[in-house]
Amino acid sequence: MTIWIIEEKCDGCRRCIKACPYEGIKIKDGIASVTERCTSCGACIEACKKQNAIESDIEPRKIPDFSDRQGVWVFADQTDGKLARVCLELLGKAQDLAKDMGHKVSAVLLGKDVSHLIQTLHDHGAQNVYLVEDDLLKNFRTIAYTNVIEDLVLTYKPNILLMGATALGRDLAPRVSRRVGTGLTADCTQLAIDPDEKLMFQTRPAFGGNVMATIACKYASPQMATVRPGVMEAAPCKPENPTLIRHKISLKEQDIRTKILERVTQKKPGTDIIDANVIVAGGRGVNGEQGFAMLKELADILGGELACTRLIIEQGILPHDAQVGQTGKTIRPEIYIACGISGAVQHTAGMTGSRYIIAINNDPLAPIFKLANWGIVGDVHEIVPEFIKQLSCGGAS
Amino acid sequence: MNIIVLVKQVPNTTNIKLDPKTGNLIREGLESIMNPDDLHALEAAVKIKDKTGGKVMAVSMGPPQAVDVLTQAMGMGADKAFLLSDRAFSGADTWATSYTLSKGIEKIKDYDLIICGHQAIDGDTAQIGPQVADWLDIAQATYVNDIESVDENEIVVKRRLEHGFERLACKMPVLLTVISELNEPRYPHMEQLISACEQKAPIKVWNAADIGVKTIEVGLEGSNTHVIKTFTPNFKRQNELLEGSNKEVVSDLIDRLKKSDTTIAYRL
Repeated sequence: MTIWIIEEKCDGCRRCIKACPYEGIKIKDGIASVTERCTSCGACIEACKKQNAIESDIEPRKIPDFSDRQGVWVFADQTDGKLARVCLELLGKAQDLAKDMGHKVSAVLLGKDVSHLIQTLHDHGAQNVYLVEDDLLKNFRTIAYTNVIEDLVLTYKPNILLMGATALGRDLAPRVSRRVGTGLTADCTQLAIDPDEKLMFQTRPAFGGNVMATIACKYASPQMATVRPGVMEAAPCKPENPTLIRHKISLKEQDIRTKILERVTQKKPGTDIIDANVIVAGGRGVNGEQGFAMLKELADILGGELACTRLIIEQGILPHDAQVGQTGKTIRPEIYIACGISGAVQHTAGMTGSRYIIAINNDPLAPIFKLANWGIVGDVHEIVPEFIKQLSCGGAS
Repeated sequence: MNIIVLVKQVPNTTNIKLDPKTGNLIREGLESIMNPDDLHALEAAVKIKDKTGGKVMAVSMGPPQAVDVLTQAMGMGADKAFLLSDRAFSGADTWATSYTLSKGIEKIKDYDLIICGHQAIDGDTAQIGPQVADWLDIAQATYVNDIESVDENEIVVKRRLEHGFERLACKMPVLLTVISELNEPRYPHMEQLISACEQKAPIKVWNAADIGVKTIEVGLEGSNTHVIKTFTPNFKRQNELLEGSNKEVVSDLIDRLKKSDTTIAYRL
């Protein structure tokens, strides 16, 4: 399995370098040369059709015929009879994907006494709802849910299966993908159908959000992805002939191998930052707890919530669920006010979907200003109090 | 109790630099470290071993230089280490990686518990743990932030969820993926580190043939997903800097917000 360059044929056009996703090829003395990063994927051979200067001993892999795999499925992530918002967002995206492929949208609902959710799923674009109800499915347990979804996938053969990248989805999806023998792309932020091959192109941040990678699953089915909450939009619609398909499967308690002893909800006061219209976020440039108390005052006046970068969580100033970014939440509020945040990609990966971004930072070169609609160069500890003052006395003086 | 810990060598992505001209990642001079979550997995394993006896075995898949993180693991208290390394393993997606790891684990055979980090900082997929558990057909618990009790039949763990936590009892053998809240990893012990460096013997290197996999089942060829392209994210906004005194810029900003098409415009 190697790739080599026929030096006489190479004209140094660099097309291969552009095509290589792994930096596996570079120009040395005016001609292409394979580096140790090469994974023999063959992308450069495709790119070099004009010169035919790249050869390999790789046999092209056969793409199986998946024409019998029909339908875009969304896993309806529910806990205690409440749907996770991300599954409605996924149904919105699924409508676009299904349209581009000429397929139908279906939702997969597992649980116990969850039939009240069926209408909501229909109303957000699911023409079919596959419902499996069982005492053993009352609370989510990995193996039970995996066994059921495996059976559904083998029986009804969907083409695409999407899950929310929630704690539940990220526990379940990899297990399901392994079980049904397919690939899985984690935490996608974009999904689109490639018009040529009708493949789903799955785009996700890599290397802590510094690079975006587009991934496809050509050789296995269904095409599976988990999607970040907050990056897709729900799109209510009334599909024609909504259909409920009840599926039965026999589960045994001893096969599940885990037992939930207790489940505790620790709800903090206020709105989840994912649902807030206005976010006031702070980073390194905000002066500790005092500084955040000031940001909280601003957030309260604007009817918003407080969020922050990872550093602030590590310092213990705000709880984990206030973190925005690659390892935190992705949010898309109407207004995002970044205070003392430099704009490292690890953070901005979670907030670029905001409608308006306002940046306040004392460093005029901070990358956050490149993302902002409006920027103010100045000390957060002077600007924010002025902001609070003007808002509390009813606007500009 | 015999515990396997899966570890990965990763580039230190917290210090990543981008080429200002091309926007590409500058990989040269990028330091290699043990994946941060894996340190917590090792710490948890060594703590359990200290109580129950047995062995801690660190397993990694990677290029020959990944032996460094296994040496570090031994410095932290692992008794044995295994490096799955073969040119054929390169370019693997999580399907092929989890398959390779599970074949390595099957060869080690004698284990009660597998612990790995929740996710690796260079990929952030969090898929390897659950996929390895499924290949091996054992139970799993992800997002573990506390281990309450463990014996040969059962382990009780706490899992962090979005809005709280869950306490879960799992039948052994089980695979745990752990998050950083679980513990404070110890520093490698100097004597253990020196002895791990001196006697390479405890680190076994296995290639594809050693673990009984065909080269078409692993690496890029054995993968189900493939990277089509990579690009640097590009975001466009008007990037207007407001100028004037503090009073002026704030009042300018409020005016703009009042005129914006947002639900809070009327509140201002």
